Amino acid sequence: MSDVVEKTLTALPSLLSLDSQPGSAKLSSTSKLGNLIRGITELTSKHEEEKLIQRELTSIKEQMSSPSTSMRQMKELMVRAIYCEMLGYEASFTYIHAIKLAQQGTALEKRVGYLAVSLFLNESHELLLLLVNTVLKDLQSTNLIEVCMALTVVSQMFPKDMIPAILPLVEEKLNHPKEIIRRKAVLALYKFYQIAPNQVQHIHNKFRKALCDKDPGVMTASLHIYLQMIQENPEGYKDLTASFVTILKQVVGGKLPMDFNYHSVPAPWLQIQLLRILSLLGKNDQSTSEIMYDVLDESLRRAEMNHNITYAILYECVKCIYTIHPKSELLEKAAKCIGNFVLSQKINLKYLGLKALTYVVQQDPKLALQHQMTIIECLDHPDLIIKRETLELLFRITNAQNVTVIVEKMLEFLQLNEDDYTTTDLVGKVAELAEKYPYNEWFIETMNTVFSVGGDMMQPDIPNGFLKLLSEGFDSVEEDRKLRQFAVDSYISLLQGETGKLPQRFLQVISWVLGEYAHLRTDLEPATVLRLLSKLLDSKNTSSETKSWVLIAMTKLCDGRTGISAAQEVSETYSSSLDTVLRQRAQELQHLSQDSELRDRVLPRDTGLEPPEVDSSLSFLDGFVSEALAAGAAPYKPPHQRQEELAQAKTLSLEPYSLSLPISMSSCSITDRQSPTLLSISSGLSGDSMDLSHKGGSTTLKLDGVKRVWGRDGYLAQRESVEEAAKVEVPSPLHSASEQGEAEGAHSQNPTPTPTPEPEQEKQQLASSLFVGLGSQSSVCLMGKAEPNPQRFRRKAKSPSLSSGPSEPTSNSIISSPSTVDNLLCNNLLDSNITSGASQDPPPELSQDLSTANGTCDVEFTDRDEEEREPSLIKDNGVIAHEDKDRPKDLCLSSHLPAELSGCSCSEIIPLCSHQSLHLSACHVQRDEFLVLVVFIYNSSDSDVQQILLELESDQLQVSCVCESPVQEVSGDSVAVCQYTLTVRRPSVHVEVAGVVSYTSQTTESTQFSYKLPLTSFIRPLTVSTEEYGTMWLAFSNDTKQNLTLISEDQESLTASLNVLKRKLQLHVVEIIGMEGIVACRVLQDQPCLMHCRVHAGSLAVWLRSPVPDLPDCLIYHCQRALQEH
Amino acid sequence: MIKAILIFNNHGKPRLIRFYQYFAEDMQQQIIRETFHLVSKRDDNVCNFLEGGSLIGGSDYKLIYRHYATLYFVFCVDSSESELGILDLIQVFVETLDKCFENVCELDLIFHMDKVHYILQEVVMGGMVLETNMNEIVAQVEVQNRMEKSEGGLSAAPARAVSAVKNMNLPEIPRNINIGDINIKVPSLSPF
Repeated sequence: MSDVVEKTLTALPSLLSLDSQPGSAKLSSTSKLGNLIRGITELTSKHEEEKLIQRELTSIKEQMSSPSTSMRQMKELMVRAIYCEMLGYEASFTYIHAIKLAQQGTALEKRVGYLAVSLFLNESHELLLLLVNTVLKDLQSTNLIEVCMALTVVSQMFPKDMIPAILPLVEEKLNHPKEIIRRKAVLALYKFYQIAPNQVQHIHNKFRKALCDKDPGVMTASLHIYLQMIQENPEGYKDLTASFVTILKQVVGGKLPMDFNYHSVPAPWLQIQLLRILSLLGKNDQSTSEIMYDVLDESLRRAEMNHNITYAILYECVKCIYTIHPKSELLEKAAKCIGNFVLSQKINLKYLGLKALTYVVQQDPKLALQHQMTIIECLDHPDLIIKRETLELLFRITNAQNVTVIVEKMLEFLQLNEDDYTTTDLVGKVAELAEKYPYNEWFIETMNTVFSVGGDMMQPDIPNGFLKLLSEGFDSVEEDRKLRQFAVDSYISLLQGETGKLPQRFLQVISWVLGEYAHLRTDLEPATVLRLLSKLLDSKNTSSETKSWVLIAMTKLCDGRTGISAAQEVSETYSSSLDTVLRQRAQELQHLSQDSELRDRVLPRDTGLEPPEVDSSLSFLDGFVSEALAAGAAPYKPPHQRQEELAQAKTLSLEPYSLSLPISMSSCSITDRQSPTLLSISSGLSGDSMDLSHKGGSTTLKLDGVKRVWGRDGYLAQRESVEEAAKVEVPSPLHSASEQGEAEGAHSQNPTPTPTPEPEQEKQQLASSLFVGLGSQSSVCLMGKAEPNPQRFRRKAKSPSLSSGPSEPTSNSIISSPSTVDNLLCNNLLDSNITSGASQDPPPELSQDLSTANGTCDVEFTDRDEEEREPSLIKDNGVIAHEDKDRPKDLCLSSHLPAELSGCSCSEIIPLCSHQSLHLSACHVQRDEFLVLVVFIYNSSDSDVQQILLELESDQLQVSCVCESPVQEVSGDSVAVCQYTLTVRRPSVHVEVAGVVSYTSQTTESTQFSYKLPLTSFIRPLTVSTEEYGTMWLAFSNDTKQNLTLISEDQESLTASLNVLKRKLQLHVVEIIGMEGIVACRVLQDQPCLMHCRVHAGSLAVWLRSPVPDLPDCLIYHCQRALQEH
Repeated sequence: MIKAILIFNNHGKPRLIRFYQYFAEDMQQQIIRETFHLVSKRDDNVCNFLEGGSLIGGSDYKLIYRHYATLYFVFCVDSSESELGILDLIQVFVETLDKCFENVCELDLIFHMDKVHYILQEVVMGGMVLETNMNEIVAQVEVQNRMEKSEGGLSAAPARAVSAVKNMNLPEIPRNINIGDINIKVPSLSPF
């Protein structure tokens, strides 16, 4: 040992010349790592560290590229490289060596190689492709450790496109005898599911098998998959509820081997996972919730408060109880549990308790009352996180009476807080509250604080919302005027003070308000305001965006002689500005200040919010255009067309150098490839005013553009997002500050049961002002005096949105019936198991017990078994089937629908053809990625029908059979089911599948049939952002336009019409701005179609684009139908 | 899902970095710096959860951390993970480290960074909790170690070298690490 130490020590002086001995094996490399680490610890400055690491990296590079370096040395070099990368120094030259190491090394070296690869690379890294073969090889290896390593790296990252190459191998691993391999394979599949869900679509059955694995570890791993899948589609997995409940019951009941205990709690992480799944399944679903009441009750009971981890389970339990369909008994217990959390001395539990309360108060605001004193204490807690959580809770219980106090608390916190994220978040909340209860001065003052604290970080919709509120006003004209006057007053005094520190957004708001409403203060000289505004212009801190706001405000204000001269001065300064927007504004200011009549027309005062008349066809330009055309000008071509032509003209792809074209929506809506004279301009979108100003020279044109963009309505309308612009709640009887004070005074005069010390009393006062109006129980309310009519607080803006609209399964109850039977069966079996397994049984037997229990689940899930069992079920119904031909047969057919399709939206089952004793019926089921056609073959005779051959084909569709082995024979009086997936190959309004069935009963027979279905069944929403939409729009070449009828004539007609389309055709509404909306959808599989709608002259002008030739035409047909039928 | 696992010492020096979601190199370093900044200014008597910071995945992002003597163990997770569950997972991880290294201290993490990664791989795989049973984790790691031993006796030499280096007097690395209720002491050694 001393030998090595000495060597290490001697290396110390030569630390800085590490590279002096490349490839030297004298010192072991690990001690080189040691040297490196020691070197770094001894360094004092970042700069020195950088130098050292760079030297180290050079040395590593040199050695790695040397051919004499062995794999073993390479392994050690790699560890050093990992260390350097961890410190943030790039060592990209090692990446290829890492892959090589994983490829060629022995198991140990491979391990380092894989580790390095998974740390260095990412899913989209091109080098990763080189790893595919290695992974493939290792997955087939007989060495379990190599298989494990391969699975681990796959679950960290794998190129999406290469998944099919290894998928079968990973699937195979699900049957591996070793549980650790099975478990890792499940997680690898989960990863695949995350990055490419449609590629693992076909192995859902295998997931189910994993769930029923005899090893609880594998089952736990599969829950990750289920949690995600159920989150995405809770409807599809309701049939599993009973299984999850049974598993949880067994875990809670201590049926797992002792190994799974953690601090004598049985498999706590598993319990947490299951509780989360159950809460997703039971949400808004009474019947499913009922299945789980028992087990939840037991969980609550079993989890004794002894360790952190039991609190984790309790917390999940409580959340689950409050998420699923409520049961009063459980709610009571859960509420008590929350109390334990909130009152706990442990800070982590307090935090969770507050979180739980926040979650719960929306349903039961009274619960907050019980804990009001704790909440008050938490408000003064030294931990900012706790404080914030408390504020979050208070935010949820805000009502008209306590809003001022709560907002005050929030603002107090904002002053202390340094974290940007929290500030942005909280500022948004304060603004939301303030806007809900706009009490005159208080509202303006609060918003002032919001603007100055929130600064430029806050969400842009806050100032927009504020301005909208201010301009729309409330019920009474007088109140509105007062509010606006107060705003003007407060801004004038702000501007008179130090303005350098005010955020730009705030300045913009100020200048807008002054521009609009300064005239309301008749005692205020416009010149004074102008002077204050021009002071802003001179300030260095003012951004040019703000300057243009100021200039617009001045344009509105310049009245009278002094005003005009001030305006002239300013406009002169800025008309030579480098910033084109500012120059534009200065020009406007100059022109409008001279012509007051024109100004009044362009910028009218006190108009409502009605959108101004805009000639969106720009017909006034027609003359100009035709003149230009006559003079030999080339007709206008929209950018995308130019791009296309450009692309066609060149044979070489010059993509990197191609024209950079604007992809914003504004360019899309202005363009029109078919009629160059008929330009359409959207009023809501920010048309580039520069564009307009150089197109036509006439003043009217320019001003029209100005009006559109910058006018009081235009500019704001564009900024405001589509979201229902906060409906202003009618302000409840206005509470002025003094009234509030009186009320509080009255409260504090109330006799309190016991005289309390001074600070306590303060707290109680605070409590009374915070929790006022929350509940009716006077016994709970500390103040003794309860509100006469308790006002339940309800959040206004975000109403609970229903998760799935259109795809309500039509025959759900029918489908689910067999599975409930199964569940019952399963339950009984499991129950008997549980009762048989007495708790004193030794552990090995217990695990046996579980595995048999799981075994029964297994039986439940296999399709084959279902088919075997079915005949007996049908025989009961069979009698009826003969009496009444249609319905009951339908009923029993639908029960044959495969279990995995049961949750999906399914069409009516229609008979296809009947030939002798064979009856074919079919229905289609909509899945996310494809459409499943289910064909039922019913043999009504007693004898078997054999050699059934079912062939389907279609001109428009891609048909592929789901099952590996198609049905070949149907025994007497039974039903066989065939599934086919359909995707669109060539779109058409209606698509048709033609088929031939041939079979042998006594003789060989064949008969033909066809099945028609509308294109709409293949339409799925395409979720894209507006930017993505813009890019796609330009890329697509096939388009169609048509005017459709709007469903109603009123203001909301566009939204209403689009909603109809969304509901009926499953289109995705990307955005609605003013009178325009953009919608996107895709037709299976992955054929996008974009739709641009504009309300024009009482009809809906629709423009569709797609890369697929016939798609727009077909789609427009269906849109028309959908709107007409409405 | 667990988005990232960060271990750094009281001075913000990273000791182990594992991202389960891709971030560019400089972004990773920024996340480490910012996380350290957030975590280090918190007292020991405040809660172990931190919200906010929009670095990873926007608002659906939480830091759950534990502070052991010289090291911070930080798990960055999204809302699909249970807060207390992760908190105990950290404890399991650290206890496992302690078992594997026999009285773990910061130096073990530095010199056996690769081994720590292997242990972590058995606990968390691709951002998902794989195993929470300490014995099971240790067993898996040991299987791999046995393979290491069978591969060559040479590995013993570097191990000795490491223990020698480990025993040298390094600045700013204290001698004991406190793992919950288990108090582990690195045997105090005479400095060189």
